[in-house]
Amino acid sequence: MATITVNGDKQEVALPITISALIKQNNVAQPEMVSVQVNEEFVDREDFDKTTLKEGDSVDFLYFMGGGSL
Amino acid sequence: MFDFTEEELNRYSRHILLKDVGVEGQEKIREAKVLVIGAGGLGAPVAMYLAAAGVGTIGIVDGDVVDLSNLQRQIIHTTPDVGRPKVESAKETMTSINPNVKVVTYQDFLRADNVLDIVRDYDFVVDGTDNFPVKFLINDACVMAGKPFSHGGILRFEGQTFTYVPGHACYRCMFKTPPPANAVPTCSQAGVLGAIAGMLGTIQAAETLKYITGVGELLTDKLLTFNAKTMDFRKINVRRRDNCPLCGQNPTVTELIDYEQGVCDLASHKN
Repeated sequence: MATITVNGDKQEVALPITISALIKQNNVAQPEMVSVQVNEEFVDREDFDKTTLKEGDSVDFLYFMGGGSL
Repeated sequence: MFDFTEEELNRYSRHILLKDVGVEGQEKIREAKVLVIGAGGLGAPVAMYLAAAGVGTIGIVDGDVVDLSNLQRQIIHTTPDVGRPKVESAKETMTSINPNVKVVTYQDFLRADNVLDIVRDYDFVVDGTDNFPVKFLINDACVMAGKPFSHGGILRFEGQTFTYVPGHACYRCMFKTPPPANAVPTCSQAGVLGAIAGMLGTIQAAETLKYITGVGELLTDKLLTFNAKTMDFRKINVRRRDNCPLCGQNPTVTELIDYEQGVCDLASHKN
């Protein structure tokens, strides 16, 4: 097990874990559209399957948000 | 020297009292030209606060007319305005708040063929639009033209905003391409708590005034998000992406694009 930070909150995960698996584990809505940063570096979507996380990593999920004018 | 009238000195006295603003800052505000894109949920508080603050020239872009369902959050419009062009109704409110400001209206929607011409005349741009094709268009045009802007988005009980200044992270650094048409709900489909628009819009107005006066630290390279259910606010550090398709080292987006406008199913929500 390892402790990582997801959107500012600590989370225990079983290693090894990829970004794709973490997205699934966190029940991210519309995972095909979330942007992901690991330790403040963006990871390309094509690399979600092959990027693994380690103890202490900080992951941010960024979501599309529209709204305003209508 | 500054040639403020008695009326202006009185009207802006609470700004002038601020050590960080003062008469000098108020003069910068009066000289500033700000473009507000969208006279809706976000544009309403932005335009009202900027008018109240005495921003000398405020452009406002919207091709739509006021709908009854807008009034729950678009506080620049009132019940008798239903059916009127939003820019007209907005201008009326702004000039009644502060007749000293010049309001320039653009009763049109932004497209690849008009955005640069409109943006060109302004010092700062505020994105108060509701759909991704235009959000990307504003980002791309502002990055290409070297114009700073404030991005804003709201959905249900949440909001997010950042401020772009040339050389810092742009919207495409965070989100490379627009979501597929109809994949992401806009507030016309998903709903939004009206006051959320005010919470986010006033942050955008404050960022605009900070940019103009040079006070404080802007939300550059930071995405501010909040959830009003818990009132948790979070600032996420974001870094300019080397492979950003727009501002990266080998850009693939080199001209403005009119993306397909499919995300917004208006028809089902008109009356």
